[in-house]
Amino acid sequence: MAELTDDRTTEVMTVNIGPHHPATHGVLRLVVDLEGEVVKDLKPVIGYVHTGIEKSCEDKSYWKVIPFVERMDYVSYFFQMEAYCGAVERLVGLEIPPRAKYLRTIFLELNRIHSHLVWLGTTALDLGAISMLWYCFRERDRILDLFEMATGQRMHTRYFQVGGVIEDIPLGFEAKLRSFVDEMPVRVGQYQALLDRNEIFLSRTKGTGIVSRERLLELGVTGPLLRAAGEPWDLRKAFDYLAYPEMDFKIPVGTVGDNYDRYRVRVAEMLESTKIVGQALDALPDGPFIADDRKYVLPPRSELSTSMESLIHHFKLVTEGYRVAPGELYYAIESPRGELGCFVLADGSSKPARVHFRDPSFVNLQAFRDMSTGTYIADMICSLGMLDPILGGVDR
Amino acid sequence: MPDAPGLELIRGEIEQDHPGAILDTGFDHGAASLSIDPEHVLAVLTWLRDAPGQGYRFLSSLHAADYLPAEPRFAVHYELLNRDRVERLRVKALLADPGEDALPELDSCVELFPTAEFQEREVFDFFGIVFKGHPDLTRILLPEDYVGWPQRRDFPVGGEPVTFTYNERNYG
Repeated sequence: MAELTDDRTTEVMTVNIGPHHPATHGVLRLVVDLEGEVVKDLKPVIGYVHTGIEKSCEDKSYWKVIPFVERMDYVSYFFQMEAYCGAVERLVGLEIPPRAKYLRTIFLELNRIHSHLVWLGTTALDLGAISMLWYCFRERDRILDLFEMATGQRMHTRYFQVGGVIEDIPLGFEAKLRSFVDEMPVRVGQYQALLDRNEIFLSRTKGTGIVSRERLLELGVTGPLLRAAGEPWDLRKAFDYLAYPEMDFKIPVGTVGDNYDRYRVRVAEMLESTKIVGQALDALPDGPFIADDRKYVLPPRSELSTSMESLIHHFKLVTEGYRVAPGELYYAIESPRGELGCFVLADGSSKPARVHFRDPSFVNLQAFRDMSTGTYIADMICSLGMLDPILGGVDR
Repeated sequence: MPDAPGLELIRGEIEQDHPGAILDTGFDHGAASLSIDPEHVLAVLTWLRDAPGQGYRFLSSLHAADYLPAEPRFAVHYELLNRDRVERLRVKALLADPGEDALPELDSCVELFPTAEFQEREVFDFFGIVFKGHPDLTRILLPEDYVGWPQRRDFPVGGEPVTFTYNERNYG
């Protein structure tokens, strides 16, 4: 009998998980080699929600690409828009007005909080903390209400345009946003009260899924995962874009880089983002919300009935779109998951010759093997939640 | 970004050890780029990563582009980043289309930058560029049995018939 049990525990068994395990946060398939309950090796298999967005973009004029790219990473759509619009603006040399910079910063940071809330709710759910999901989605809904108020849509808002934003914020938005900014730190405190001293949560996250800082850098991992390992690298501080240079915020970092640090870093980031939103709202400059370059930006609707010139511009922009001189550009911003880069190649026509997204989920997923090898299968599920991949962004 | 004279210095130093490696330098929209011969891709990347005073140790992104009808047709872009100086540098390995069914080839940089593993597979998947020495060069996002290289410019959009059951039943 002893022989048989020995065999059973040392036998390596290959198990297929997914595609579409409830805890995978998307259509991800994992081929896992298990020895008993211990993960010996694993291989993520991806591509189940590949929809050829990058190819479709080549068939659309520049302004029509925006709603496409939004649908890649469907939790952080404002970031996809900023990466694409920012790249095109830099290609055509279009300066966006200060108010647009601040508005974009506000919406990006709200989106970051939203994305982290979705992550916190679903990951805590994976670990058995069911009530976290309801609390996180309550605040997420307030952010979606704000998005709806300003843009008309809760998700996939198409709010950022090449040159600025499509519309100014409506009356009453400021008050609503301010009440959210005031309340959010209290809410974050409540999440922490639920989780920080929760024995189950602590024992499942502390000391699991550790990958060293050096290895993470080799694997190209960025964002909260890298910062949790103690590397204070944030593109918002490193590069100069939008209103971030004027904002006063800190970069939370962890120490050992386990799942607990990843949780702490993201929760701290929510507070920092709330601070940024508040500051940007206080310092929101007056003036136009979109650039006044009629070659790239639609004229105001009111001018169309009185000005022939505006009508011509409107017609040209809507039918053919604008042409972009040949050139190529890589523009990267800090998304909730790390470095989100957009590469745009222009060939002189009114359609981009190539739009490529360097999606942080796609690159970060490579670290999953290092995070999970040698741990229990339950820790693997925890690590996957803490990795926070959005499969729409992975597969594009 | 290294400025224009800095870029020429880098070119000069690489040329000393690897004559003919650098084909061109470019300065486009405030971003520096080196166009290189694909034969020397590993030598150039190793030098940029390890040479003292360079330190481009982080590979932000690896992607490809099809410049049809230009020659050479393809380019694999390496977006390198020096995190200490916060400088980006783009290295472009220019690849000609060998014609017929042959696929363009260049050396894999997975040994130098492990982050390139998925991204090289993605480039192979969509452009049919073969990375020699890659540990597992298979299709990553498209199905294994897919035929064709869809991100090439001569691959039509909408060339893929959609197999709805309705169409199958009535017109299949």
